[in-house]
Amino acid sequence: MVVQIKNLHFAYAGRQALRGVSFDAAPGNILGLLGPNGSGKTTLFRILSTLMLPADGTVTICGFDVAREVVKVREKIGIVFQSPSLDPKLNVQENIQHQGHLYGLYGSELQKRSEELMKRLGVLDRKKEIVSKLSGGLKRRVELAKGLLHRPTVLILDEPSTGLDPGARIDLWNYLKQLRDQENITILVTTHLMEEAEHCNALVIMNHGQVVGSGTPESLKSEISGGVVILKAAHNSEIASSQKTLLAITNPSVIASPAAVILSEAKNLGINSAKQSQSDALEALHESIQKKFQVKGLILEGELQIEHAEGPKLMAKILETFPGQIESVTFRRPTLEDVFIHKTGHRFWNEKL
Amino acid sequence: MKTLLTIYTLWQRELVRFYRQPSRVVGALASPLLFWVLIGSGIGTSFQGHMVNRSMNYLEFFFPGTLLMILLFTAIFSTISIIEDRREGFLQSVLVAPVPRSSIVFGKVLGGATLACSQAVLFLIAVPFLGLHINLWQFLAMTVVLMISAITLTSLGFIIAWKMNSIQGFHAIMNLFLMPLWMLSGALFPPEGASGWLRWMMKLNPLTYELTILRRILYGNNLLSLQLPSMKLSVTVMMIFGAIVFSLATYVVSVRDSKNLV
Repeated sequence: MVVQIKNLHFAYAGRQALRGVSFDAAPGNILGLLGPNGSGKTTLFRILSTLMLPADGTVTICGFDVAREVVKVREKIGIVFQSPSLDPKLNVQENIQHQGHLYGLYGSELQKRSEELMKRLGVLDRKKEIVSKLSGGLKRRVELAKGLLHRPTVLILDEPSTGLDPGARIDLWNYLKQLRDQENITILVTTHLMEEAEHCNALVIMNHGQVVGSGTPESLKSEISGGVVILKAAHNSEIASSQKTLLAITNPSVIASPAAVILSEAKNLGINSAKQSQSDALEALHESIQKKFQVKGLILEGELQIEHAEGPKLMAKILETFPGQIESVTFRRPTLEDVFIHKTGHRFWNEKL
Repeated sequence: MKTLLTIYTLWQRELVRFYRQPSRVVGALASPLLFWVLIGSGIGTSFQGHMVNRSMNYLEFFFPGTLLMILLFTAIFSTISIIEDRREGFLQSVLVAPVPRSSIVFGKVLGGATLACSQAVLFLIAVPFLGLHINLWQFLAMTVVLMISAITLTSLGFIIAWKMNSIQGFHAIMNLFLMPLWMLSGALFPPEGASGWLRWMMKLNPLTYELTILRRILYGNNLLSLQLPSMKLSVTVMMIFGAIVFSLATYVVSVRDSKNLV
């Protein structure tokens, strides 16, 4: 194993950022560290890149301990930071030259290697340009050239596609795959983007400072057997059927009144209450389904998502049992996002919001 | 080899960044001259004959102080570059490089010190036109002392700047700490004229000794009425203080913690 992490802990002034993280990275892989903001993946990145020391546990890279053999580790790793690490006042070539000197390269050897990398990354014709004038995509290429200059065994990238347009992202990932396949470089990438996670051959999902799942994207997806049924509740029919909703949108004293009166009242309450009644309808539907079929779903953005081994069958049964209460129903194969919801119980971006 | 390459590359980068900013070049060259002439003539004519003996006018008295001020200002500006490096992100790639931390400090400090020292030396070259005279020996000796002092002051700025993430914060420290250090070095007034507690602070101030060396080289025995520390003591203090400050700078850089970040 190129990278071995065992029972890693780290805390910032009392706040636990990593609580017992363990995993390995096999050589010649692209390993994605997937997790929402605050999951601890950036802390992990900083420890792997030797900026911070582990509080407890061990991390070894190519057999060297990051705490005790830091110079050896630093020789083996190439790092591409999320925030730029280029000197904006210098040109492309000067930036790469300084990097080379820091890694013990100089003279004609450095010259050759830097020309080679600039050519491969398509920035050779821009080598005399001052970095602050380059586009985000070109800057990232120069960063990559810097990280690869000393032929590292492990390349570590922190959210590498931040600030890149779709074209530049595709370029980046194609290049990373080339590196993996042709030069057998082990690549560690932190990301919070599912589409990026799909490019990796191994994934480690983190949440609240712990590893909550790992495997290939396929194996993780297959952990969710069947698929996901997505339901939208019908808005009107629900009012007649669920007394619970009425309580939420109207005065308790009008419970006995005819539905038509309540409807007009509900309209007067405006759009907000309409939305409210819709989400109440969904919750009521969720409750009924739970009672009837003993399955639990999740309500996300006005949709009820139910993960089920026999999704299509469940879908048919629900439609049969609750006709008129359902606006729409969809079934889909599990995605990485579903895996994430499954592992952490919340939608990916919830933590940030 | 790696150590030397690191020192070289960081030193060279410091110089390149300096001359790519024309405003810094102009400011660095013009402002000390302006300071010396304005403060020197202003105070000199207002308080004539009060503080120094008759053989030395205030412009002459203030001259070594101006040299020290050039060093201090330039050293401060170049340590601000640490904060800039951190904000621009360049620093993070230096910190993860497989090089000794002391070579990082030395490269940065040497770059800043070279800039500071060359400005002071330029000012020294202008001396004959300003009515003062120095010979080659004095010139060389002063250059050496200026370089050592520049390294010390840049390291001092480095220690302060290392833990800071805003230039505003650094300015506050500079006004509260570095400027008084200069004012109480005997640059503006000799210790004899100061009150008891002030005299003690001047005695404890390491810059006093650096200034003394400059003064003694420049004016030789023409200082009879000034009570200055001996040359031996001054050189010892300068070397010890420089060594302490530089080691401390290396130490703060080698600490790996959550604050070492961008």
